[in-house]
Amino acid sequence: MKEMPVILMNVILVDNFVLAKFLGICPFLGVSKKLDSAVGMSVAVIFVMLISTAVTYPIYMYLLVPHGLSYLQTIAFILVIAALVQLVEIILKEYVPVLHRSLGVYLPLITTNCSVLGVTLLNIDEGYTYSQSLVNAFGAGLGFMLALVLFSGVRQRIERNDIPAAFKGIPSTLIAASVVSVSFMGFSGVVDGIFK
Amino acid sequence: MNKRNIVFNGIIKENPTLVLLLGTCPTLAVTTMAVNGIGMGFATMMVLICSNVAIALLKNIIPDKVRIPGYIVVIAGFVTIVGFLLKAYAPSLDKSLGIFIPLIVVNCIILGRAEMFASKNSVLDAALDGLGMGLGFTLALFLMGSIRELLGSGTWMGIVLTAKLIDPMTIFMLAPGGFFVFGCLVALINKLSKGRAIKKKEMGCSACPSAGTCGQLKEGGCH
Repeated sequence: MKEMPVILMNVILVDNFVLAKFLGICPFLGVSKKLDSAVGMSVAVIFVMLISTAVTYPIYMYLLVPHGLSYLQTIAFILVIAALVQLVEIILKEYVPVLHRSLGVYLPLITTNCSVLGVTLLNIDEGYTYSQSLVNAFGAGLGFMLALVLFSGVRQRIERNDIPAAFKGIPSTLIAASVVSVSFMGFSGVVDGIFK
Repeated sequence: MNKRNIVFNGIIKENPTLVLLLGTCPTLAVTTMAVNGIGMGFATMMVLICSNVAIALLKNIIPDKVRIPGYIVVIAGFVTIVGFLLKAYAPSLDKSLGIFIPLIVVNCIILGRAEMFASKNSVLDAALDGLGMGLGFTLALFLMGSIRELLGSGTWMGIVLTAKLIDPMTIFMLAPGGFFVFGCLVALINKLSKGRAIKKKEMGCSACPSAGTCGQLKEGGCH
């Protein structure tokens, strides 16, 4: 059993969802153009990751497994996530319009974001307990935020430079992502070193 | 559009990975070896053909308002079936693709094709479109996998080629190598198509497969 801080640091820095596990690349490339949209998207992702883990974990453990239905995992999880995202959007629109204005745009995009389905599936695969799963989901969201926010800074600088026409736009972004990803590789081993 | 054009459209002109830049997550994650690229490509192609056919058949039955959840259920069903087939007949491939098998559900290509093509065309056309797009995806993954395997471990499809002559650069097998090779490939496509491919991939709203669900298209873009 891993300790909570180890899980948290690991999933933020070492096994970063975007830069090491390649989950959620579409929003990473699509929404990292501006800092404020990067922050908005990440907050929405953290939120959805947490609630979908909170809901899918009990469904898997107490509904699917006892009835021998664990093969329905993928279908059940994606449906729950899609329904939850809709529900959250409706609730926010009705009761917290301020938050809906800033996050609302990003919520529907999250249903087809593989990092959310990925985190719920990984929690089951890794055999985490309920609290560990929640910590892992929160950390995965924070890692997503870190990658997006860092990268939006990098990207604003690239856009101003004179680069060959063929590399303009996505190719230069991908190569910059490669460099940022190298820097994250430097964190491997750090977590084990701190929490020995 | 005639039948041949539908198939070749997916392979070359609108290659989902290298031109439309959809499904980037599996493209980057599983292409450490050429074999994995082919495996992932075929698994996705199977799901794509089946879901395109099913959705083309159901297009008049699924109500417009709940079509996206409807499509997702259809796709998730086929993904589960393909996952079982892989577990039974190709357990080693299943292990190396890991979590990316269930994640085919959220692969933008499949939902995107369901929304943009299968829900508007006949069953045969939808099947051919699935075949073309699937082959395009498989080819792109195979290309990525070949480059990364050759540079990263000096082998190709498991055969030792340059490993004894040149020291393999392990970084190409790791995450940074994935981003780098993909970036270079996309740039190469831009160069070869003389800039025609660039226009399609600015990650604009219309290219985004969630555009149907998002509804921001009319309100002036999602950024």
